[in-house]
Amino acid sequence: METLNKVIINQISTKVEKISGAEAVIKCLLAEGVNLAYGYPGGAIMPIYDALYNYQNQLHHVLTRHEQGAIHAAQGFARVTGKVGMVFATSGPGATNLVTGIADAQIDSTPLVCITGQVSSHLLGSDAFQETDIIGISTPVTKWNYQITRAEEIPEIIAKAFYIAKSGRPGPVLVDITKDAQFGELEFEYKKCEKIRSYRAVPKLEIEKVKAAAEMINSAKKPFIVWGQGIIIGQAEAEFKSFIEKTDIPAASTVLGLSALETSHPLHVGMVGMHGNYAPNVLTNQCDVLIAIGMRFDDRVTGNLQTYAKQAKIIHFEIDPSEVDKNVKTDIAVLGNVKETLTEIMPFINSGSHKNWLNEFHKLLQIEKDEVINNQLNPTKPGLTMGEVLNLINNETKGNAVIVSDVGQHQMFACRYANFIKTRSSVTSGGLGTMGFALPAAIGAKMGVPNREVIAIIGDGGFQMTIQELGTILQTEVAVKIVVLNNSFLGMVRQWQELFFDKRYASTVMKNPNFVKIAEGYGIEAQSVSQRADLTTAIKTMLASKKAYFLEVMIAQEDNVFPMIPTGASVSDIRLS
Amino acid sequence: MEEKQKFTVSVYTENNVGLLNRLSAIFLKRHINIESMTVSPSEIDHVHRFTFVVIVSETLIRKVVGQLDKQIEVVKAYYHKEDEIIYQETAMFKLSTEFLYDEKIQNKLKLRRAHMVAITKSFFVIEMTGLKEDVDRLYDRLKPYGLMQFVRSGRIAITRTPMAISELLKTS
Repeated sequence: METLNKVIINQISTKVEKISGAEAVIKCLLAEGVNLAYGYPGGAIMPIYDALYNYQNQLHHVLTRHEQGAIHAAQGFARVTGKVGMVFATSGPGATNLVTGIADAQIDSTPLVCITGQVSSHLLGSDAFQETDIIGISTPVTKWNYQITRAEEIPEIIAKAFYIAKSGRPGPVLVDITKDAQFGELEFEYKKCEKIRSYRAVPKLEIEKVKAAAEMINSAKKPFIVWGQGIIIGQAEAEFKSFIEKTDIPAASTVLGLSALETSHPLHVGMVGMHGNYAPNVLTNQCDVLIAIGMRFDDRVTGNLQTYAKQAKIIHFEIDPSEVDKNVKTDIAVLGNVKETLTEIMPFINSGSHKNWLNEFHKLLQIEKDEVINNQLNPTKPGLTMGEVLNLINNETKGNAVIVSDVGQHQMFACRYANFIKTRSSVTSGGLGTMGFALPAAIGAKMGVPNREVIAIIGDGGFQMTIQELGTILQTEVAVKIVVLNNSFLGMVRQWQELFFDKRYASTVMKNPNFVKIAEGYGIEAQSVSQRADLTTAIKTMLASKKAYFLEVMIAQEDNVFPMIPTGASVSDIRLS
Repeated sequence: MEEKQKFTVSVYTENNVGLLNRLSAIFLKRHINIESMTVSPSEIDHVHRFTFVVIVSETLIRKVVGQLDKQIEVVKAYYHKEDEIIYQETAMFKLSTEFLYDEKIQNKLKLRRAHMVAITKSFFVIEMTGLKEDVDRLYDRLKPYGLMQFVRSGRIAITRTPMAISELLKTS
C-alpha cells in the first residue's frame, strides 16, 4: 500500500514538475513518435538544442549543411515513410532558408513540422538581430503556422501542429518559438490533438455521389483513370488496384502518383502530362469518362484547359473540396479519403472488360516506342542518353530502389523510365519544381528506409544548388547513391531555348568543376563515366557499394526529352520529336 | 469572359493573431483587389467574422471562397450576391464650425438620415449609415464645404438566409 501511494505521489509530482519550454518541445516530439529530426542551430534556438543534448539517444538530430538541406531531407524522409518530417532552424536567415522547402511541401502535400527559434518576445517587431517575421513570410506557403510567446502554449500548439500536418491533405506547419518561451517554465502535460473545431480534415463521404460515380463508370465505353499522389498519401494502393482490376480500366499516373501501382501492371498505361507518355495524353481527348483519383489537374498535366477532355464526363475523387472544379469542371465529385471512397464504390461497380479500348493505348505505345523510347533506352548513336542510364539502373535494381530525382530533363527521364514495383519509391519535387531538392531529399529518404537502395538522379545544375549536403553524407555516413547526369547545360531550359527561342542559349551553358574530386574530398567513393562500354560496370560498382557512392555520367548535350506538350498546346497535340 | 460583379464574402473564424494575413494572402495571390473589409466579433462567442467586398467573376469567387474555407482556423466561408444580403456602411465627415448653421447642410442631414455626433468651437462631425451610394451622395454634397476629414467603414452585411455556424462548430 505504501509503495502504491508512493507511485501515485511520484506520478502526480512528475506531472506538476516544472520543465523548460525547450525541454517541453523535445518531450512533445517524443510523444509524437519523432526519433529523427533535421536542422541547423543558431542563437534563437539554442535552448532547444541544449535540451536536445540530453535526449540524443531518443531523438537523433541530423546536422545538415544548410537549412534548405534540412527541410528537403525531412521531405524525403516524409515521402518514403508517410511520417511527419521534422525540421529545426534558428530565427532570421535560418528560418528564411526553409521557405523554399516549405513551399515545396505545401504544393506537394508533404507533412512537415518546422520549429524555428525567434528573438525574445520583448524584442519582437524591433528589427532585433536575426529577427524576421517568419510567420508573415511563411503564411501563404504553410498549411498552418503559429508563433509561441509563452512556454505554457508549447504542448497544445505542437500537438495541433502534428495533427494538422498529417491529417486530411497533409502539408507543412511552422511553429515559431520565441527564445523567452524556450527558457520559460511550464507544468508539462501532453495530450495529442484529435480534432480542431474549425478544421475538417476529411470531408463527409456522400454515398449518393459514390453511387452516381459507379453508375457513370459502369456505363462508360472508353473510361480512363488518371491517378495522383492521393493514392499514396491515402495508403489506398490496394484499394486502387482492386478498383482498376475489377473495372478493367486503363490507368495513367501523374508525376507524383508514380509507384502507387507497379510499372509492369497490364492496366498501367504510363504517365500523363507535359513529358508523359503518348497514349495517355492523346487518349485523354478520346475517352468518354475520365476518372481522376487523388490528383489536382495541374497545368503540367492538362495542357490547354480549353481543349482538355472536353468530350468526356469527369469524375473527381478528391479529399480537398477546394480542388474540385478549380481547374477542370467535374460532373461528379466524390469527396473523401480515397481509401474510403474506393472501398465504398466497389459493391456498386460492375466487373468490366475494355480490351479494345486498352488496345488503343498499346497501339500508341508502340508508336512512342518506335519513335522515342527505343532510341533512348538502347541508343546506337554515339553519346550517352539519360534514358539508357535509367534503363541500366532498372536492370540492376529490378525496380526495388527508391528513385529520388531533382528537377529538369533528368527528372523527366527518371519519371518516364524508372521501373517501380513498390509504393513510395519515387520522390521528386513535382509542384514547385525545386532544383537542389534531390541530394538532401535522398539523404532523408535513405534514413527513412535504410534497408532500401536509394538512388538520387540529379543534373549538373541542380546538384550544385545543394552540393554542400555531401558534408551531411560525410558526417552521417548515410549510404545514398548519387548519379549526376552531366550534360554541362541547364538541359531543360536549353531544350526550350532550342525549340522555342531559336537556339539562343542564354545563360544555360555550365562550366563545371571536377565533381569526382569534390565527392572524394567529402570522403565519398566516386567515378565518372563517358563511354557506353563502361556504364554497366559503373552502375554495378555503385550498387555493390555498402557506402555512399557518387557516379557522374557524361551525357550527350543534344539529348532532349520527348514526347512533349508545348506550353498552351492541347494534350492531344503532344509532339514525339 | 465571364462578367465581373460585386460579391460580399463572409468568413467566420477563430479569433487568432495572423489570420487576416492568411486570408488576405489568398486574394493577393490571385491579384484581387479588396474593395472593403471589416472584422468584428460575430453572434457566436469567440468566433469572429470577416466581411470582404470584391469585384470578380462568380467562377473566381467560388474558387477563392473554397481556398478561404480550407484554412485551419476558418469555420466557414460564404459568398453572397447583392440581392442576398442586407448591407450598410458608416461614414464620418468633419467640417468647420463656420458651416454649422448653414441651412443647406441642415437639410441634407435630415434627408439622409445623417446625425451630428460632435460639435466644438472649431469643427463639427456628421455621421451617417447607409448604402455606399448614399454615403457617396452625401460626400459629393459636403465636399464643396471643404471637408477637414472624411472616413468611411467597410461594408457590413447580414444575409437573408441563415448561416448555420453554431451547428458546424458542434458537428466538426
